Amino acid sequence: MREVAVIGIGIMKWGELWEKSFRNIFSEAALNAIDDAGVDHIDSLYVGCMSGGLFVGQEHVGAIMADYIGQKHIPAAHVESACASGGLSFRQAYMEVASGMSDIVMAGGVEKMTDVSGDGATYALATAADQDYEVFHGVTFPGLYAMMARAYMKKYKTTRAQLSAVPYKAHLNGSKNPYAQYPFPIKLKDVENGVMVADPLHILDCSPITDGAAAVILTTVDIAKKLKKPIIKIIGSGMATDTIALHQRETLTSLKSTELAGERALKMAGKKIDNVDLIEVHDCFSIAEIIVTESLGLFKPGQGAKAAADGLTALDGKIPVNTSGGLKAKGHPVGATGIGQVVEIVKQLRGEAENGRQIKGNPKVGMAQNMGGSGASAVVHILEVA
Amino acid sequence: MFPARIWREMPQRYRLEAAKCTKCGTRYYPPRLVCKECGSRKFENYTLPEEAILQTFTVIRTPASQFSDQAPYAIGIAKFDDGLQMMAQIADCEVEKIKIGMKVRLEFRKIQVDGSHGVLSYSYKFVPKWY
Repeated sequence: MREVAVIGIGIMKWGELWEKSFRNIFSEAALNAIDDAGVDHIDSLYVGCMSGGLFVGQEHVGAIMADYIGQKHIPAAHVESACASGGLSFRQAYMEVASGMSDIVMAGGVEKMTDVSGDGATYALATAADQDYEVFHGVTFPGLYAMMARAYMKKYKTTRAQLSAVPYKAHLNGSKNPYAQYPFPIKLKDVENGVMVADPLHILDCSPITDGAAAVILTTVDIAKKLKKPIIKIIGSGMATDTIALHQRETLTSLKSTELAGERALKMAGKKIDNVDLIEVHDCFSIAEIIVTESLGLFKPGQGAKAAADGLTALDGKIPVNTSGGLKAKGHPVGATGIGQVVEIVKQLRGEAENGRQIKGNPKVGMAQNMGGSGASAVVHILEVA
Repeated sequence: MFPARIWREMPQRYRLEAAKCTKCGTRYYPPRLVCKECGSRKFENYTLPEEAILQTFTVIRTPASQFSDQAPYAIGIAKFDDGLQMMAQIADCEVEKIKIGMKVRLEFRKIQVDGSHGVLSYSYKFVPKWY
């Protein structure tokens, strides 16, 4: 396999983008990535998108986006793994460059979620769960994670304040991210004072409905050197799946797919979790970040909530988690989220994170963990400064 | 919802039909074509017990559109003696009284009314056993 690097990143301001269309949201991020990389073309395109069909009635996403970003007739594919579609898009692009099939490939992600009503979005997102044996009975995504939260909090005697520490930190970091949907801090008490969505999860325990896109350009390390670009190498890629139904898992308090995807990525990279300087994790709900940090091996089972409350995952903590603001504050345009995570890792590894968000000590190794559904798929990537 | 989608799940939703791998004994609900533990494709059907223990639950306050007339409602995961788990709504009780570890009985109930033709779909809900 050839060595592969990220040489261009493109993001745009995420939020409720009433004035912007599905295709233009993606085009904006893609053109930013092309400009950042300084390339005049791409050989191939992957677009992560969970459900163009249900959110805007548009499928055939690869073709429409290739055309609208000005790359006539290139091969283009839409990849889908629910909320992990972006991470999967990145993995497909990585494999295409590593294999020698193409030299310059774009991995993008997009979701336009505000063209449907709130319950329409709830319906579309629920298609990532087991339609016949979960959704049929009336469960929603907040509901699935709420069930994990209740089981976890009972097992480990987690307090409300410990759970609230996750969105509190997300908003603090997000307040320093000019591209975030909610770039403002919140108070710890705001979380438990918010409206209840699915007990015990309140509204600020949940990531929002977001329009947004992100894109990155991958090429070989050899070509990157010729282009004289900062080289951020992809040194590990791991993916794993699990039962789609939450109730079919052996445990409700850990995430096997994330555990395996993390192990696979670390093994490929020849690293240990202690070698990683910062991580972007899939905090679709506050409980998700807590369980994910445990499943990746950062903290022992049952210690994740306390670690978050003690500030170990803060910007200046032992291991900064979600310096971008995470899905909670940056926003969660589902298909774009996995690419948005890579954009943040690359910014941090280049030393380019805005507004005092840059972590100290010249980080060398970053990890991105993206998850689909209630954890039926997980994708983990490890990047390193060359 | 197209009626065939409801009709084809009737053995599971109406009669609680599950499957046991004849080679390694692993149990599945709903039944599937291959055992993921041993690879065998031979199964025997059996009927799930009607009582289970609640493992976790939540109260849905912002449902998808087809459940909006039912909210708020409780939903949970319960485990049978044989280790299988299933998800269902928790009916006939005040949500404040629901607790992890409580015994529930499966009862046949209407689940949703779907689409402009009002197609009814039925299945089970958990009902707490207070006694």
